[in-house]
Amino acid sequence: MAMLSGIYGLLSASLFVTMDAVDVAFTEASIGAGISTLLMLTTIAMTGRTEHSVRHKPLLALAVVFVTGALLIYATLDMPYFGDVMAPANLHVMPRYIQDSMAEIGVDNIVTSVLASYRAFDTFGEVVVIFTAGIGVLALLSFARRPEDDAEISSDNISMHEQNLIVRIVSKILIPFILLFALYVQFHGDFGPGGGFQAGVIFAAAIILYAMLFGMSVARRAINQTFVQLFAAVGVLLYGMVGVVSMLNGGNFLDYNVLSEDPVAGQHLGILIIELGVGIAVATVVIIIFFNFADRIDILKHKVNKKL
Amino acid sequence: MMMILGLYNYWIVVGLMMIGLYIVIAQGNLVKKIVGLNIFQTSVFIFYISLSKVDGGTAPILVDGISLYSNPLPHVLILTAIVVSLATTALGLALVVRIKEAYGSIEEEEIQIKDNQEC
Amino acid sequence: MLAHLPVLQVLLPLMAAPLCLFLRRPYLVWIFTLIVSGLAFLISISLLQQVMVSGTIVYEMGGWPGPWGIEYRIDKLSAFLLLIITAMSTVILLAAHTSIQKEIPKSRQIYFYILYLFSFTGMLGIVSTGDVFNVFVFLEISSLSAYALIAMGKDRRALWAAYQYLIMGTIGATFILIGIGLMYQMTGTLNMDDLARRLPEVAQTRTVFAAFAFFIVGVCLKLALFPLHLWLPNAYAYAPSIVTAFLAATATKVAIYLLIRFTFSVFGLSFSFTTLPLQTLFVVLGLIGIFVASTAAIYQKNVKHLFAYSSIAQVGYMIVGYSIGTTMGLMATLLHLFNHALMKSALFLALGAVMYRIGSVQLSSFHGLGRQMPFTMAAIVAGGLSLIGVPLTVGFVSKWYLVLAAIENGWWPVAVLVLLGSLLAIIYVWRIVEAAYFKEPAVATDRVREAPMAFLIPVWLLVAANIYFGVDTRFSVEMAQAAAQSLFGVSP
Repeated sequence: MAMLSGIYGLLSASLFVTMDAVDVAFTEASIGAGISTLLMLTTIAMTGRTEHSVRHKPLLALAVVFVTGALLIYATLDMPYFGDVMAPANLHVMPRYIQDSMAEIGVDNIVTSVLASYRAFDTFGEVVVIFTAGIGVLALLSFARRPEDDAEISSDNISMHEQNLIVRIVSKILIPFILLFALYVQFHGDFGPGGGFQAGVIFAAAIILYAMLFGMSVARRAINQTFVQLFAAVGVLLYGMVGVVSMLNGGNFLDYNVLSEDPVAGQHLGILIIELGVGIAVATVVIIIFFNFADRIDILKHKVNKKL
Repeated sequence: MMMILGLYNYWIVVGLMMIGLYIVIAQGNLVKKIVGLNIFQTSVFIFYISLSKVDGGTAPILVDGISLYSNPLPHVLILTAIVVSLATTALGLALVVRIKEAYGSIEEEEIQIKDNQEC
Repeated sequence: MLAHLPVLQVLLPLMAAPLCLFLRRPYLVWIFTLIVSGLAFLISISLLQQVMVSGTIVYEMGGWPGPWGIEYRIDKLSAFLLLIITAMSTVILLAAHTSIQKEIPKSRQIYFYILYLFSFTGMLGIVSTGDVFNVFVFLEISSLSAYALIAMGKDRRALWAAYQYLIMGTIGATFILIGIGLMYQMTGTLNMDDLARRLPEVAQTRTVFAAFAFFIVGVCLKLALFPLHLWLPNAYAYAPSIVTAFLAATATKVAIYLLIRFTFSVFGLSFSFTTLPLQTLFVVLGLIGIFVASTAAIYQKNVKHLFAYSSIAQVGYMIVGYSIGTTMGLMATLLHLFNHALMKSALFLALGAVMYRIGSVQLSSFHGLGRQMPFTMAAIVAGGLSLIGVPLTVGFVSKWYLVLAAIENGWWPVAVLVLLGSLLAIIYVWRIVEAAYFKEPAVATDRVREAPMAFLIPVWLLVAANIYFGVDTRFSVEMAQAAAQSLFGVSP
């Protein structure tokens, strides 16, 4: 079932490509099909697969769905047709982005210009949302670990991870390339699809792969959790600081024009730094979320082993 | 006929949304509810992207010689919304894990029964 | 720096939150949070003054104007709300350190403050922004942190309540997202001011009707308007006491703000109230909400549940005032927004003190508390009187204006029903008084002592405000009137 939802994510990603939304497709593929599915599988591993399929309130649900659906279909009747060039959405605010973004911001990828400059404040909000989720997961799942637990758990794990030798070697070679790819995506956002989010997720994926293959305790030794948390905070603060610096330089919050003598160079600099902030925050938060979920599994398994 | 051709895309999206919404309301399993929520949200994303599509346009990356691009603004909004939806999913699943530990079940009805006993 | 105040208002708590991770000690983090909230309060006062003197303030993020960039737009209504939120947050935070000491394990206290700050930031952002998509983003910031905060309650039922709130809240937010999408499709803009100009051209299309409907339903889910209120009682009852006090004082107010903002400033009064039967629908739902929730409150055994149901009833009053559709009615709603924040924060904070001392807020454990915790119980009684609407309290002022507005509009039955609703409030408040003052304590009397000063000071500050603004109504009435008039386009 979780796989199905992952496939749905992947399918919608390809749908986005056909509708010319490459950036969105990239993100949906890495988040909708990747991280979300992974989290779901982890949760199911913990909560068990068995289910008593009681469908309750089917009538209420059907009624709600029917009314909402009917309202939406009703709404479509006056909509501009799919792909219509003359639709209001394409006439009012949008033309400026297409015609002037090159002169005002100097970045090929219009999505990046809008995301990181025209509507940079939304993006800031979104970094805060993901950071909030990271802190929320910490508040719910983190617990004080005792060192002796660690030792016992890792002894449980080693036996498991000694198998799969080939997979391990192959991935060991792959991981540096994934990290490199993440960096490429991070800094290539100006020209092609990509940017901080996608890079952050890919970077985190490499770490997660490592943790899955070599065991959580090894990964935990390599990556200090407190450090990761502080780094996530640094990511958010980095983004905010760009805005604060532009205020100190006499512009409005997040006005990159004042960051440098030449407005376009200022825009480049601003976008570069905030994308970096986004990348750091997303990567660290995804790592935090994954590690906290995986820790819970370890503890659960450990308890089961003890009982046996 | 024109209408069907012009709007069929939106109708499919509405169908997908409603499947998601139905799962959220009707499912008793907490993980499945979150899956339903995901489907619901992703369908809304498809709706946004559909309205940004321009016939004959290309992806909004400036290239010399092309003047027709799809609308970049909904793309930006949806990038944000995807991340928001990931955040919601992560938090929701974390709650499910804790509920499983506290109640020993992730079925809505069983939890409801256990709560009523306590009151 | 004065020109940057609109963004600093939101930015300050936002940037402070990640910084908390570096402080590492809960006590330091608490002091820091308190200072930040206090500064935000000062900023909101200054913004209010600016707005009253020179009118609406517009701040362009990133220097991009109007519909292309995101702008902050602070008018009288926003400034009033900003003041309520920051003031409530600051007073409630005074008790936070003491209260969560008993309710949240030490290792998680820092996360508590971070989430609190984010929830605070989210609400401030919603109120300040002039961009509809930005509303969605900040709505999610405030909701996500609220879900996590509620789940931090001691009882396991807090988890279940938070999960239910998450599902309902996300459906609500997604509905709002659909509404925004439909609006954008028909107008091509996301800026509120721009939308208000462009929507009338397409007002008669089915798409805009649907956009409006989705938006209203989404907001009503967040608002806990009857019959969409089911998530609220448990969420309020099992959350940590501080969180309950904070959310009860602010969260529903922000949802009301959104409702007012969109119906008045974005869709426009004539569209909202004449083309659709919204007015009748809301009066009916509001009145049913008052009666159903007040009656439910009477039968509750848990006092936090009791006041949570009472909150739903109070939302009903606000909706009734709003749907009268006159300046006077809206003014009554805004007054009640302010006054209700004062009452409920006092009440829930006092309950936090009870929780601190006896670890339970069941009605049965209130027996004899009148003698054991005299100051706390006196505060609860004062808050309760205000809730009923006894003269010389703030509750009286807002009900007075609400009844006047109904009569002025010729809605006699509504006025009578509003008064009848207050009778129900007498019953549920009386049940607490009866338990606290007329029942013998179940356990030995000498073990329970008065609450610590950390609780008494903020609780009595709020009670004093309840009485002060009940006697000297100049500030609150003037503010509410100015905000209501500006929304109706009347120059004062």
